[in-house]
Amino acid sequence: MPWRRFLLWPHATSLLHGLLSLPFIWLLWALFNDALGANPAEALSRSTGDWTLRFLCLVLAVTPLRHITHTPELIRFRRSLGLATFFYACLHLLCYAWFDQGFELNDIAKDLVKRPFIWLGMLGFVFMLPLALTSSNAAARSLGAKRWRQLHSLVYVLPLFALLHFYWMRAGKNNFAEVWVYACVLGSLLVYRFLRWLQKKFPA
Amino acid sequence: MLLRTDRGFNHHISSEITPLSVYAQRREFLQRMAAAGWLAGSGAALAQSPVTRPGKLAPLNATVSTLAGAQATDTPTPYKNASTYNNFYEFGTDKSDPAENAHTLKTRPWTVEIEGLVKKPGRFNIEDLLKLSAMEDRIYRMRCVEGWSMVIPWVGYSLSGLIKRVEPLGSAKYVEFITLADPKTMPYVGSRILSWPYTEGLRMDEAMNPLTMLSFGMYGEVLPNQNGAPVRLTVPWKYGFKSGKSIVKIRFTENQPTTAWNKAAAHEYGFYSNVNPNVDHPRWSQASERRIGDGGILAKKIKTLMFNGYEAQVGQLYAGMDLTKNF
Repeated sequence: MPWRRFLLWPHATSLLHGLLSLPFIWLLWALFNDALGANPAEALSRSTGDWTLRFLCLVLAVTPLRHITHTPELIRFRRSLGLATFFYACLHLLCYAWFDQGFELNDIAKDLVKRPFIWLGMLGFVFMLPLALTSSNAAARSLGAKRWRQLHSLVYVLPLFALLHFYWMRAGKNNFAEVWVYACVLGSLLVYRFLRWLQKKFPA
Repeated sequence: MLLRTDRGFNHHISSEITPLSVYAQRREFLQRMAAAGWLAGSGAALAQSPVTRPGKLAPLNATVSTLAGAQATDTPTPYKNASTYNNFYEFGTDKSDPAENAHTLKTRPWTVEIEGLVKKPGRFNIEDLLKLSAMEDRIYRMRCVEGWSMVIPWVGYSLSGLIKRVEPLGSAKYVEFITLADPKTMPYVGSRILSWPYTEGLRMDEAMNPLTMLSFGMYGEVLPNQNGAPVRLTVPWKYGFKSGKSIVKIRFTENQPTTAWNKAAAHEYGFYSNVNPNVDHPRWSQASERRIGDGGILAKKIKTLMFNGYEAQVGQLYAGMDLTKNF
């Protein structure tokens, strides 16, 4: 099939990298062209958070898609999607530390203690770090496949932090429509894995 | 700080507070200077409206208010920001939604009903309300509970003018403001975010404070629909949500009325909701604020002032009250 050949095309990953950086390029453009509305700092914080969530959905969709569509080639794109998730999470954290807190470490520490939605977000970021740091082939080799896979199953707790963080943020407006959409997407991606795990453990 | 010993006021020594009479002299002094031509540039600006009209809507003529506290010296927020970034949940939850959706609002004919504990209940046509008292230009700081703020030139008059006209009974202790809830023109009325209509309330002495304003315009023109046309409340020392938009009914009551946000989340939004840097919202700090339209994305946040900087005018309303409990 031609589209499977396309998935194996050497430049397909570069193409993906370009696509993944589009939101970043758009935000930069909008920032310098005064297109972020009356409160650009808030707009940047929110959209980098939104994109982190979206890429988290995408990276977690890779394995189910591989299975359901019998397209093992998709594995080539998982690392880029994971690193993109991490990249937008970094930007999101940077927006918070810079625009909201002016890099005042004291204020950030106080804020962390005080506000559950901040420490949930921060905890999510902390759990992402080891995944990003061990994303290279070399790191995987030195850890060994089994340990690498064990470490990277940490990714399954990220939706929990991300969703609670988002839920708490939206609680101010009692406006949970979007939270439910993301919860459904991420929830079904996790449920898929759970069912598969059950199937393996208790073969019919 | 968990163990707060002061009662919510920043001045530990009462003599630090500038007396109202002295404070008020400043404006008088400036105006005399202006009249004498000594303050050539700024004085001339003070004598007429200090704000240029954006030229978008019908002009609303007024004279510059001489009320103490009614001429904030902060730079007014650009009209573009003030008219495209605000909360008006009847038209959507995003702050850009009201400007996009409020064109459906019909502001004529419009009546405001006065009911409850008054000698003269009845209905006011918007045309009569516009003529009820002399229109004034006032520049107020506006602090949103979400942590951002603006400086907005309003056009209107003190609500006390209307209250005196309808002669409240001695038993009237509170004033309730009921705003329009028309599902035909307001797409989000009926959503489960808040209960509709959006209502707000003030204690009688707060409502009678001359700073409490019935606003019909901003930036020298009639209010844009998204900012609460044709008539809204402006209470500059309280978080923005206390200032109800598109008011259709004012009710005088003996008991404290329920208010929309207090009903939705009582532990987060109290009846008073005075701007107070020392009492944090349960989910965020209120110690500082981002001034919209001020110096771009890297501008530092500014410190939030007690009673939004109107302590000299309204501090005495809350003397002896525990503002941590009565948040």
